[in-house]
Amino acid sequence: MSRIHVTARVNGDKVEFLCDPRETLLDVLRDNLGLTGTKEGCGTGDCGACSVTVDGRLICSCLMLGAEAEGKEIGTVEGIANGEELHPLQVKFIEHAALQCGICTPGILVAAKNLLEHNPAPSETEVRYWLAGNLCRCTGYDKIIRAVLDTAAEIRAAN
Amino acid sequence: MRYHRPETFEEAVRLAAGAPGVTRFLLGGTDVLVQLRSGMVTPDVMIDLKGIPGISKVMRTEDGGWCIGAAVPGSKLGANADLVADWPGVVEGIELVGSTQIQSRATLTGNLCNASPAADGVPGLVAASATATVVGPHGSRIARVEDIPTGPGSTSLEPGEVISGINLPRRGENGGDAYLRFIPRSEMDIAVVGCAVNLRLDGDAVVEARVVLGAVAPTVLVLPDAAELLVGTALGEGELEKLAAAASAACKPISDKRGTIEFRTEVAGVLAKRAAKIAYSRAKG
Ligand code: FES
Ligand code: FES
Repeated sequence: MSRIHVTARVNGDKVEFLCDPRETLLDVLRDNLGLTGTKEGCGTGDCGACSVTVDGRLICSCLMLGAEAEGKEIGTVEGIANGEELHPLQVKFIEHAALQCGICTPGILVAAKNLLEHNPAPSETEVRYWLAGNLCRCTGYDKIIRAVLDTAAEIRAAN
Repeated sequence: MRYHRPETFEEAVRLAAGAPGVTRFLLGGTDVLVQLRSGMVTPDVMIDLKGIPGISKVMRTEDGGWCIGAAVPGSKLGANADLVADWPGVVEGIELVGSTQIQSRATLTGNLCNASPAADGVPGLVAASATATVVGPHGSRIARVEDIPTGPGSTSLEPGEVISGINLPRRGENGGDAYLRFIPRSEMDIAVVGCAVNLRLDGDAVVEARVVLGAVAPTVLVLPDAAELLVGTALGEGELEKLAAAASAACKPISDKRGTIEFRTEVAGVLAKRAAKIAYSRAKG
């Protein structure tokens, strides 16, 4: 089976990879590029653990082929912190204890960051709907929602 | 599996015509990749249409209608204020499909071609008398959206045919549409029953009506008799009751884990009344 050569950007860096046409972007990120922060929960678009951004839009990387990434700008959880310096969302997730096992957390961070870029002042309802495709089996969601709302408030205050 | 990314519909059709084995066209991938992953479908050839210029655009047509490119995702439809003003029922249908993540990718055309009886994007299109532009080996043709699905998972598209976009007519004056569905929770589920209503008024009286049900038969159901009951009326309680009875009577549902025949039949009537009221108030403006 012939492999496809793809050039894309991941978290701002140019990447090149060869992928099998059946491989998803999730497979490529984890297995070809070693970016294992993006998790696989279901593989069918239901859980959001694999959330990444593609050209600024939030998607499930399990529902996109690696081959489709040609020329795209991909954002993963690895690109959220600035070196050693955590993103305000990451700080708040720790502060609010908005995670337990952590499997859902990378996807939720990517999704929440994308929300705040679209809408710096979301209501609780807007946060809940935006994150409705990110399942968490541990926290009961409340702490996650509070961490996101608190981050939004803090970023607004800082600006 | 071979992956192709053609740059014209002609090339896509040619690739499909010459392809061995199973071919799938790829738009948002939210159904196709699930089927691929689960082994339900094992395509030999995947033709990604998103490289075709214009396929991700929403455009006003010269006659005041709309052409929605096949690869336009739900979130882009919801962000188009003029389209939402004209056809809120069409947009609210596709926006009910899946999460934020899914909305970034899932398309009306894909929802139509996946041919699920419960597709939330389809009843609103049918109520709006939308058409699809179909490109195939023998050129292009216009098909009514309601004629595309022929049963669960099957369509009237010939081998090698592909939908390039969906066409909505000019909204015109005093029109309004609405789509409602029943699911057992508030989000992230598949319709147990769906209902779209599209009305045009003259003063208080309905002059044109389309009533469409989803998830209560193998394909989307158009209810001309139920619609006829509304014409000439101002949607009084009596007419709404008759509409509900007609909608329930038209159902040919199955019982499954989402709902029984009796439940779906009852809910179809309730949703028809509610969707008609919303469409009426939108038409009133
Ligand atoms: S792994 Fe992609 S949505 Fe669950
Ligand atoms: S912290 Fe365990 S799934 Fe969310």
